[in-house]
Amino acid sequence: MNNDKLVIGGHEFDSRFILGSGKFSLDMTKKVLENSGAQIATLALRRANGECEENILDYMPEGITLLPNTSGARNADEAIRIAHLSRELGCGDFIKLEVVRDSKYLLPDNGETIKATEVLAKEGFVVMPYMYPDLNAARDLENAGAAAVMPLGAPIGSNKGLATKDFIQILIDEIDLPIIVDAGIGRPSQACEAMEMGAAAVMANTAIATAGDVALMATAFRLAIESGRAAYLAGLGRVLEKGGEASSPLTGFLED
Amino acid sequence: MKDIRKYDHMKYMEGMEAIDSDIMDRVLAETAAYDYNKYTAADVERALSRETIDVDGFKALLSPAALPYLEQMAQRAKEETRRHFGNSVSMFTPLYIANYCENYCVYCGFNCSNRIHRAKLTYEEIEEELKTIAKTGLQDILILTGEEKKQSSVEYIGKAVKLAAKYFNLVGIEIYPVNTDEYRYLHECGADYVCVYQETYNTDKYEEMHLRGSKRIYPYRFNAQERALRGGMRSVSFGALLGLDDFRKDAFATGMHAKLIQQKYPQAEISFSPPRLRPFINNEENNPKDVHERQLLQVMTSYRMFMPFAGITISTRERAGFRDNVIGMCATKISAGVSVGVGGHAHEEKGDEQFDISDPRSVDEVRSTIVAHGLQPVFTDYIRV
Repeated sequence: MNNDKLVIGGHEFDSRFILGSGKFSLDMTKKVLENSGAQIATLALRRANGECEENILDYMPEGITLLPNTSGARNADEAIRIAHLSRELGCGDFIKLEVVRDSKYLLPDNGETIKATEVLAKEGFVVMPYMYPDLNAARDLENAGAAAVMPLGAPIGSNKGLATKDFIQILIDEIDLPIIVDAGIGRPSQACEAMEMGAAAVMANTAIATAGDVALMATAFRLAIESGRAAYLAGLGRVLEKGGEASSPLTGFLED
Repeated sequence: MKDIRKYDHMKYMEGMEAIDSDIMDRVLAETAAYDYNKYTAADVERALSRETIDVDGFKALLSPAALPYLEQMAQRAKEETRRHFGNSVSMFTPLYIANYCENYCVYCGFNCSNRIHRAKLTYEEIEEELKTIAKTGLQDILILTGEEKKQSSVEYIGKAVKLAAKYFNLVGIEIYPVNTDEYRYLHECGADYVCVYQETYNTDKYEEMHLRGSKRIYPYRFNAQERALRGGMRSVSFGALLGLDDFRKDAFATGMHAKLIQQKYPQAEISFSPPRLRPFINNEENNPKDVHERQLLQVMTSYRMFMPFAGITISTRERAGFRDNVIGMCATKISAGVSVGVGGHAHEEKGDEQFDISDPRSVDEVRSTIVAHGLQPVFTDYIRV
């Protein structure tokens, strides 16, 4: 597994866990990053701008790649402007594109996301779009220059796990980009399952932020993701979903 | 001042924009049909067992039958709050720039018949107040006026908003309701959220309580959020002054109003404010319609469960001990360093106060308390783009 790197837009990472940082107490962020082994952590620009004493950047350990997000953007244009702001603030070229125009479920708008991806990719951003797992949209994102595709497992903050499992599997099978399961992962076993399916990485925030012991849950996620990745690389044994294998095969009569 | 006491409170006055919307009729019909006494413990238990709270569940949670379940409601509300907001608690402060008022609202300290000291801040004074507040680290400010369009014109408010936008990431307004184009203008000046409170959704009681002034016109106030959103505002706030009328019905109507607006304008960010009239102390528990802390918490936790994604703001009308315990449980936004007179941050208050506050703590003190509760004070959660 030593050579098993996660590659996003030409950048290599050993960890396949991306930490969402929006829901933590800041003083927990460092500990959680250590325990989770995460090398990428999201940064909500809307939380970081302005002269705020509690600046999240101060809590980011060295060597962590910041993944600023465009949360708050309601259309492509707003997302693009937030991305530009991110670059101006010196937050690097990675951008997690989030375009949401529904305050209730926070479901992403794939159409606007594709538009913004096209613009930002041309401008040299490493674009990682959050999306609803739709194959056509994922293909469009790939053509638009996305560096990864981040389908949601379930509505954000719902901790419901892989409600969109079958559709994420289609993306994994068909799209030549890292597929990173973004929202809805509520427990380590779900993260493990996503990795077994062949997801390139998993992102979580609420599941850890709302745990009884936040730091310990970060460790649990690291282990689950490593375990799921190992299982994927090992090649899962065949699991028959409908009963056992017939002992008298129907094709036994064939002579050649 | 024009006496419009005889004016039909359900009829628009000249210059008031009437929009095509059925939301008011739907809220009033649903509220009229709400009989909270028919709900039983079994209904409350059924609602609490469901993953999401529908309209009928919301009705059950607001009923007297739910009071014995307040602890369970608080637990559930806390879970929802954590899932949707994590540990974060937003902080803001209000700035009253004027207290002239043309309305006669029988319950309000600013009402036009009260001989209080009226004043409005000059632009220089507004800027000084803003600078002083900005030094506390706050990034979210709510600009308030009394409801008087001549003294506090839209242009005056717009200029105050422009000044505020220089120092703050997020600017809200709590002013008299205006037309869509005026909301659009204020949005272009830099305002992004609008607070308008219906006080009571009971149209008869509303008429009794609002004797004079353009506030008397019920539907114009009711449709303010919709006009604000059409004018480009991102966020709208809802609230009834609990205790003015039947608080259970008013809380229900508030929730329905917010729900229907969110359905029609899915991008709108929704929040609630639950101000209340305090019961007379010697009258403890005598009146079933009084809003004691238990009832207030019932309303707040019900809002949270009905609309888990909505913000809930807790004002300094409530005591520190109450406020500190509802943040993280159901409230997501808290004011601090509050002055409810005109000005009062950089200099002495220039005009009298609207009401007495019960939590005079500074921004620093409130921030420390939030941290002590294991929560994360958030000064900014917004980018103006």
